[in-house]
Amino acid sequence: MNRMDRSLLELREMDTLAAGDSPVHRLHALAKLLTTVAYIIVTVSFGKYQLDGLLIMVLWPALLFSLSGIPVGTCFRKLRFVLPLVMAVGLFNPFFDRAPLLTVGGLTVSGGVVSMITLMLKGLFCLAASFLLMATTSIDDLCAALRRLHLPSILVTLLLLTYRYVGVMTEELSVMTDAYHLRAPGQRGIRFAAWGSFLGQLLLRSMDRAEELYGSMQLRGFSGNFAYAEDRRFTGRDALWLILWTAAFVLCRLYNIPGLLGRLLTGGIR
Amino acid sequence: MIRLENVSVYYTKDAPVLRNVSFTVEKGEAVGLIGANGAGKTTLMRALLGLLPHEGLITVDGTEVTPKTLPEIRRKMGFVLQNSDNQMFMPTVYEDMIFGPMNYGASREEADARVDAVLARLDLADLKHRHNHKLSGGEKRMAAIATVLAMEPEVLLMDEPTSALDPRNRRLIIRTIRELPETKLITSHDLDMIWDTCDRVIVLGRGSVAADGPAQEILQDRALLEANRLELPLRLAGPDGA
Ligand SMILES: Nc1ncnc2c1ncn2[C@@H]1O[C@H](COP(=O)(O)OP(=O)(O)OP(=O)(O)O)[C@@H](O)[C@H]1O
Ligand SMILES: [Mg+2]
Repeated sequence: MNRMDRSLLELREMDTLAAGDSPVHRLHALAKLLTTVAYIIVTVSFGKYQLDGLLIMVLWPALLFSLSGIPVGTCFRKLRFVLPLVMAVGLFNPFFDRAPLLTVGGLTVSGGVVSMITLMLKGLFCLAASFLLMATTSIDDLCAALRRLHLPSILVTLLLLTYRYVGVMTEELSVMTDAYHLRAPGQRGIRFAAWGSFLGQLLLRSMDRAEELYGSMQLRGFSGNFAYAEDRRFTGRDALWLILWTAAFVLCRLYNIPGLLGRLLTGGIR
Repeated sequence: MIRLENVSVYYTKDAPVLRNVSFTVEKGEAVGLIGANGAGKTTLMRALLGLLPHEGLITVDGTEVTPKTLPEIRRKMGFVLQNSDNQMFMPTVYEDMIFGPMNYGASREEADARVDAVLARLDLADLKHRHNHKLSGGEKRMAAIATVLAMEPEVLLMDEPTSALDPRNRRLIIRTIRELPETKLITSHDLDMIWDTCDRVIVLGRGSVAADGPAQEILQDRALLEANRLELPLRLAGPDGA
């Protein structure tokens, strides 16, 4: 198995995860999509020093992980390339913002450090939420949900085809690397001189295949509507899920619940 | 049902791959389309389905194949691709099979019933929930045929349906093709299969129709077949092709 095969398997693993069954999987794609959007908006809207308020937002992904049975490890393994990028965003804050903000056990913490951690957590939470959406909803159901929101069918089809195209391209890449190495034993990687033709071939081949795949979708009646995807009705359960969670997110944003709890506790002790 | 009049197809401007091809396929007929590698069989089928632009006239059930009429035309036709990898795009066999019927307005129950019927007919029930990318070459081919049959098309276009199949599955497909009452156009290098499934054969030689007639007549005409870089069916040729 070469490296392409492995990344292909990972891509396919998302399909497999999404095809699973759990209370979360069974929710309507639209409810999940909108809840995720609400979650992301609320999470991002926390102020840069509101670290204590933000902390409670970890509960939602945590709950989803346990409800859906998706392993947390899988999430981090898949996000390992994106995660560092997101984390790097706040990395310089401690250097610019040195004003002391609070003291923890006699240690003075500057505003920069707090805002750095806040940013990192925001990124982490939002990525985990998006991952959970993709891992519990098939791409076709998701597209169907986007169509229900009246997004233009051309955009949604483009999204679907891009998703499939990445798969096709990785598959071709894997086949071609294998074919190359079978006739170039002992070589590590692909010889520089062969890169041009190799990449050209890859592009042509995956374009041809993508075109034929799209043709084959059209031959079976695909017209940008996802009739085959979502057959579930948007039930009261879905509505409840969407409304209650959105409300919970907004409450968490308006009231600093960890802070309130803390004050309650320390107040009680005093 | 299918009519071609002076149809030419170009990939590049200078040389047509199909030149002035004309023939008619009547409703319910089973026609074999044979020809050497590169003769233009796949090209012809793709043009029929409007996947390639053509010159000349193609009609299906009286409707001309133009960009406007494509949805209507394609609704009637089921196409089994030469390469099954390009035929299946959903994660599982089941999802691939309901894709077509549901796009054409079948309810999920109807689609489910059709899936089960087709799978039973092809003895594929255990493939139903398998992942497409984990199928063997032949399993994929059987699944691809199943997705097309589930659409219940009026016309079946099959591009080498039995390549990649083991002898038993080949038999099964031959039997299924014979049982289906629909109009059929089948290409294959497996001339014995054509012998068993088709009443009529069209020989394509270098992009034009070289012969058109009753299957048994053409498939026994050694001179004609050899002139078009083909050979007698194995059952007539014997083990050494003599
Ligand atoms: N995308 C393309 N661009 C340019 N030429 C093509 C293309 N596809 C096929 N051809 C050419 O058109 C001719 C007919 O190809 P076609 O695929 O129709 O042959 P075929 O009869 O199906 O052969 P086979 O038995 O090998 O499947 C061949 O000479 C081929 O080289
Ligand atoms: Mg061909």
